[in-house]
Amino acid sequence: MSDITIQSLSLLVENIKSKKLSSSEVTKAFVDRSEKSKELNAYITEDYANALNKAKMFDEKPNLDLKLPGIPMAVKDLFCTKDLRTTAGSKILNNFVPTYESTVTQNIWNEGAILMGKLNCDEFAMGSSNETSFFGNVQNPIDKNLVPGGSSGGSSSAVAAQLTPITIGTDTGGSIRQPASFTGTVGLKPTYGSCSRYGIVAFASSLDQAGPMAQNVKDCALLQEVISTYDEKDSTSIDFKRNEYSKELTKNIKGKKIGIPKEYRVDGMPKEIEDLWKKGIEYAKDCGAEIIDISLPHTNYALPTYYIVAPAEASSNLARYDGVKYGFRAEGENLIDMYEKTRSEGFGAEVQRRIMIGTYVLSSGYYDAYYLKAQKVRKLIKNDFDDAYKKVDAILTPSTPSSAFKIGEKTNDPVSMYLNDIFTVPVNLAGLPGISIPAGHDARGYPLGLQIIGRAFDEQNILNIAYAMEEKINFKNNITDWWIK
Amino acid sequence: MSIDLKTIKHISKLSRISVDEKKAEKLAGDLNSIFEFIEKLNELKTDNVEPLTSVAETTLKLRSDKVESKNLREQVIKNSPKENEDYFVVPKVIE
Repeated sequence: MSDITIQSLSLLVENIKSKKLSSSEVTKAFVDRSEKSKELNAYITEDYANALNKAKMFDEKPNLDLKLPGIPMAVKDLFCTKDLRTTAGSKILNNFVPTYESTVTQNIWNEGAILMGKLNCDEFAMGSSNETSFFGNVQNPIDKNLVPGGSSGGSSSAVAAQLTPITIGTDTGGSIRQPASFTGTVGLKPTYGSCSRYGIVAFASSLDQAGPMAQNVKDCALLQEVISTYDEKDSTSIDFKRNEYSKELTKNIKGKKIGIPKEYRVDGMPKEIEDLWKKGIEYAKDCGAEIIDISLPHTNYALPTYYIVAPAEASSNLARYDGVKYGFRAEGENLIDMYEKTRSEGFGAEVQRRIMIGTYVLSSGYYDAYYLKAQKVRKLIKNDFDDAYKKVDAILTPSTPSSAFKIGEKTNDPVSMYLNDIFTVPVNLAGLPGISIPAGHDARGYPLGLQIIGRAFDEQNILNIAYAMEEKINFKNNITDWWIK
Repeated sequence: MSIDLKTIKHISKLSRISVDEKKAEKLAGDLNSIFEFIEKLNELKTDNVEPLTSVAETTLKLRSDKVESKNLREQVIKNSPKENEDYFVVPKVIE
């Protein structure tokens, strides 16, 4: 492992600012390691030559006042990048080259970072294991044939394997936090409306949020302060006062009230998850937090609600892929035949399944029974959190009901795959911020994560709690570089 | 509740996704197990609950009605699978 790629983002920034390292040296180190790591299949599109060129240009005229000066990074292939292919992990966008840039990535380049390539993900972010990608499975660097989680699986794998110092993912039902948990990395899903959705390939518009993924909490905070901006181009972007999260980060969480929701003790949860949670509670107490038992009574209804709301919105969002204006087209005998063949050949099985569910729940005669019902239950779930936040400042739960599983283990049973997101989905439904931090290992040495959920717009508070707990936990990832020959 | 093959065919038509018999049977199986899971919501009484349509509790902001981007014709057409000068080309619609 090169001594550059093991460095955290914060250290790399410091070394570039003090001219101990150049952007070219740093970029070359991450490009070299990415080149040697093709077996992980973390990248869909590589842009190394351009990255090295941009690094050279940065070094010729360095602007060291920027927050990410000459830092190379790869991003999830759900963010539109001008002039660089953006596929969303789908055959239907295999040849799509955006003519515009997403706001979130533009914010990152404005602070001096350099794009290295686009990272693999589940097709249209629909999946929890990165196995629905048209571009194939991603390997978890923790162990061979282990899923990296999903949908931001290329992102979690690339950060854990140190192919990129940081990255961004998107989270609709857990797609940042679950893969972070599976790979021993940190992932933050911000409050809905914190990061602009402009230029992100849409999945479920009332739930989608972009967020940072990193090796540690401080790096996560720094990237969050870069990507979170108010944006006129996204009508659901919210104009609120954003902190300089990394500067205001503190380990002093004395007296903070942290809630433990009893409904998250789900049937069949492995003992090691229960133990991890108990350990987490002790860590929080050690940090000076006060632990309070709370109830979120509608927790069990979150997943069924999600599997109405998300597919309904997806079926509507994905109506645009018709083979006419962009993307893949299959020839047909007439216009309708062309549409049907294009969508049948262009979308993978999971995406088709969700479009069908969404179309059904929105169809005539079923709208009230399913979609309206789900919106009402969504309200009850949000009310649960509103009530809880009258008593506590944050909520602590496990991130996932298990550690990472083997590739192929759950692909034949959609419902068992969906259960992965049982602890993360309620947070999206209520529009709240949540962060997953690595907190321990299971018996096989696979990482396990804890989730801290905050009040809307209170990213600073959960980052602080995560920062304080991170020090106590002192987690070490076991990465052996098994994939490098 | 059970989703039969006829319903699958109907949804596939609405979704503009062609399905053959084999795919329809697989989909019926998958969708039935997913809806069995979704039916759990019927345990809850929600008659007096307001539906939540957006978690962002803000009203939409107005902005001035002025043109921000223009002359995008080339960009708009750039990714089309088939075009003829300034037009998207589709299979013949009018006889």
